[in-house]
Amino acid sequence: MSTDEDVSRKSDRFQIRIRGIKKTFGAHQVLKGVDLDVERGKINIIIGGSGQGKSVLMKHLMGLLKPDSGHIWVDGVDVVGMNDVQLNKARLKFGMSFQYSALFDSLTVEENVAFPLKEHTRKHAEEIRGLVRDKLESLGLRNIESRYPAELSGGMRKRVGLARALVLAPEILLYDEPTTGLDPVATKNVDDMIRDISKETNVTSVVISHDMASTFRIADRISMLYGGVIVQSGTADEIRRTSHEALREFVEVSGAVKMKPPGSVAGSDADEHTEVTS
Amino acid sequence: MTLMAGPEDTKVVAVDRGAWATTVRAVDALWAKPVTAVETVGEHLVLFGQSMFWLFRRPFRPMIFIEAMQFVGVESLLIVSLIGTFVGMVFSLQLVSAMRQFGADAFVGATLGIALTRELAPVFTSIVIAARAGAGMATELGSMRITEQIDALSTLAVNPVQYLVTPRVVATTLMAPLLAMLFICVGMFGGYAVAVWLLDVDRGLFLERAKWIVDSSDLIQGMTKATIFGCALSVISCAQGYNASGGAKGVGIGTTRAVVGSFVTILILDYFLTDIILVLQNK
Repeated sequence: MSTDEDVSRKSDRFQIRIRGIKKTFGAHQVLKGVDLDVERGKINIIIGGSGQGKSVLMKHLMGLLKPDSGHIWVDGVDVVGMNDVQLNKARLKFGMSFQYSALFDSLTVEENVAFPLKEHTRKHAEEIRGLVRDKLESLGLRNIESRYPAELSGGMRKRVGLARALVLAPEILLYDEPTTGLDPVATKNVDDMIRDISKETNVTSVVISHDMASTFRIADRISMLYGGVIVQSGTADEIRRTSHEALREFVEVSGAVKMKPPGSVAGSDADEHTEVTS
Repeated sequence: MTLMAGPEDTKVVAVDRGAWATTVRAVDALWAKPVTAVETVGEHLVLFGQSMFWLFRRPFRPMIFIEAMQFVGVESLLIVSLIGTFVGMVFSLQLVSAMRQFGADAFVGATLGIALTRELAPVFTSIVIAARAGAGMATELGSMRITEQIDALSTLAVNPVQYLVTPRVVATTLMAPLLAMLFICVGMFGGYAVAVWLLDVDRGLFLERAKWIVDSSDLIQGMTKATIFGCALSVISCAQGYNASGGAKGVGIGTTRAVVGSFVTILILDYFLTDIILVLQNK
């Protein structure tokens, strides 16, 4: 993260730029000055232990929480100072997939996915129905339109939530713990889905995760939130060679990824992807 | 001796600090409740202000308002009618029993009419709405909050106050006086049935005295109160659900607070509103 450039200006490389975000709940300061850059069109993953404030940071990106201090520029526009009306407009750029899906439980799957279309477009009911069906099918969901969220499995709920987030074709897609609570096969499916969506739509993805296998499988850029600050950001290979002790320990303890000696030369292995062991 | 003086000095300082800390804690504890009460009232007023702000902003969603009116109004018809009838009946029973001792049972209709229009209808109707619809609102919004559905609305660029709170507040504010009017009608009918059919009060006197005493100012008083009670109870119920936290237990606590808070607020407001309205009407 370079410090001499003007981060408040729109950048071709970085779509979201965060500087000095602090947030305190009661007596506990969760974020202690977070600086983070999110690369445009890439999969940016924020890792960190439970209670480190990953979800809190993500909620700041969409203005669901207001920081005590700091700035968040999205395409050169600071979302921190926005009022509710401005935030409502700014949020049209975003889509969010929640950890527990957050589907409206009184609406059917079709009504859930159609909700943003009904709210923000003037499309006819038939057209909306077609778009919803297409979106669900693209995520491998068929003939579930009339079901309620309570009748779906966890993996299906996640995909419906993702369909709802994607249906307005957002520029930025946020995933809160997308693989938590899923079995290994479902986890891999979700990983593939995130990668496919990123490739096909060129959407900027911000993923919060503590699943190291998934992270190293799909990430273009990894940042670690530790002790209320981002301690390191870089590619998967750079993170493997990190000298930051807490980060090394966090990745190594998972057993899913083999770390490399700090400072070793990048690209010395034939295939980086073989380093993900699960 | 220096060596002896050290510990003694330390002890004195420690006692002083302890006393100071105890005093500070006591003052804090004393202030905590009034401060929390003022904060709570402030939060409710802010939510009410936000809901009114969003009422006049696009997009307008008439279907949500109609659904809310159906939930608060139409679905309360039966329970309000049932309670109104029995309140009128028991009030009539007591009035005949008491007033007959003075030979004043001709005034049962008039007294019942005044009591129902000014007090019983707005207060009972609001309490019924708070218990039925208010508890429902608090539970629904509370469970939406803890399952992140309210956050999901925000992420879909839909303001949750506009979508969830405004329709409920408007619907309850409009429905409360209408239900109170129904309460007056069924209450008068219940009272009439007991007084005239069961206790042989003269039919003509019951009706004529009621018409003579009860006038539009009584109805205005009752409807004004019902409108304000409806607004207050819906804001309290929505706020308790909207700001719920702490899982299922938090939703339960929010619902309890919504119902208890609404009851207490209705009864406290009732006194002050009555005082203000009577002063204004007697001017």
